[in-house]
Amino acid sequence: MNISVELHQTDLLTVNGIIKGEIDAFTAPTLREKLAEIDLKENLQVIIDLTDVSYMDSTGLGVFVGFYKSINASNSHMELIGLSSRLKRLFDITGLGEIMDIQASSGEVKIDETV
Amino acid sequence: MEEFKKQYKKILEQYILKQTEHNLYEGQNISRQLIQKNISPEEVISIHKASLEEIMSDLDGDVQHSFDLLIEVMIRYGLALKEHQTLIQKQQNIKMEMELAANVQQTLLKTKVPKEIDLDIGIITVPAKEMNGDYAHFLHDNTHVGIAVADVIGKGIPAALCMSMIKYGMDSLDGAETDPVIVLDVINRIVEKSVSDSMFISMFYGKYDTSKSEFTYASAGHEPPLFYCSETSSFTELQAKGLLLGVIPNVKYEQQSITLNKGDFVVMMTDGVTECRSKEGFIEQKTIMDIIENVRDQPAQEMVEYVFHKLEELQDFEQRDDFTLVIFKKI
Repeated sequence: MNISVELHQTDLLTVNGIIKGEIDAFTAPTLREKLAEIDLKENLQVIIDLTDVSYMDSTGLGVFVGFYKSINASNSHMELIGLSSRLKRLFDITGLGEIMDIQASSGEVKIDETV
Repeated sequence: MEEFKKQYKKILEQYILKQTEHNLYEGQNISRQLIQKNISPEEVISIHKASLEEIMSDLDGDVQHSFDLLIEVMIRYGLALKEHQTLIQKQQNIKMEMELAANVQQTLLKTKVPKEIDLDIGIITVPAKEMNGDYAHFLHDNTHVGIAVADVIGKGIPAALCMSMIKYGMDSLDGAETDPVIVLDVINRIVEKSVSDSMFISMFYGKYDTSKSEFTYASAGHEPPLFYCSETSSFTELQAKGLLLGVIPNVKYEQQSITLNKGDFVVMMTDGVTECRSKEGFIEQKTIMDIIENVRDQPAQEMVEYVFHKLEELQDFEQRDDFTLVIFKKI
């Protein structure tokens, strides 16, 4: 039930984020608050690495849906990278994979089933 | 109070005279009555002090004073106790309101399982808490059976409130003959206007045409149902592309159809079924398929109940999410 969210503004128009841990009803509020700290503006690129996210439920998905809406409203762009096959399936089933820019983790597919 | 004082004095007198287990036990008994009658800790010490003064006329003055200090010290404990009692009362009120709300919800979401058709239908829906964030509803006329299975993000009261929107959306439809893509489009427009940014609903809608034994379906980001083909004894996922309800206003949903032959069945569910976790990790889809296949010859209602109990067992009887399972079996 732990999460860590790191955000780095690498240049004027790029924010890199790294999320580690589980995204569920307990940790989703922390993630939502962190993402809300990003100062969204036109042409801003937000790239979030989910390689070390071992579990995400629908509440977690809700955080990204909310963030996606604010990204669109401000004409910025969001990219989610490093999705495990379980996470990828979640985005595909919900149809979010069609409207969001998502990338499955490259190379060896990492699935942590022991959470 | 007076009676209690007398009683206390008697117990104290006996104990000072003889320190037996029995006399101590009397003290335990009286503390139960004290709590019941809301007598605060500082009052008990006052009574103790007064009783002691009466019993021992030569009581040392210093000892008497020490009780006054103890009374002061206990006052906060008395207040904390009162607060605790108020909270318990409040909690009981909330619990009662929740039960009432859950009843209202059950009435609101009542659905009649269609009978006298060439489908054997089983349905089970069990909330994780008092209120259910899952929704299953049937539409039925002479030739068609419609089934909606939806899951609102989150659990409890917020999910339950959000769900009444689907109910009213469904009620506004023309009837069981409506195409699944139209059903989803209508409900998406209602939901999209009314939900907060991080809220959404996943929904599956299927329509069975009795004249052609055809099952037509569409999905708004919902867990794909499983189709069991009795001829090949195999499962396939009924996939149909479509975005969750409530994310954007105009969504293109994909519609698909299959023909059901005797013994074939469709298993519709929410993620409370697929996201089951045991100590060893997620319960695999294959495990769920095996469980269902074991009881494929049973009536549909017995099938859904069996699957629920089996998964409950695998999860050590700890249900994390609302659970809904519907089976349409062709007879």
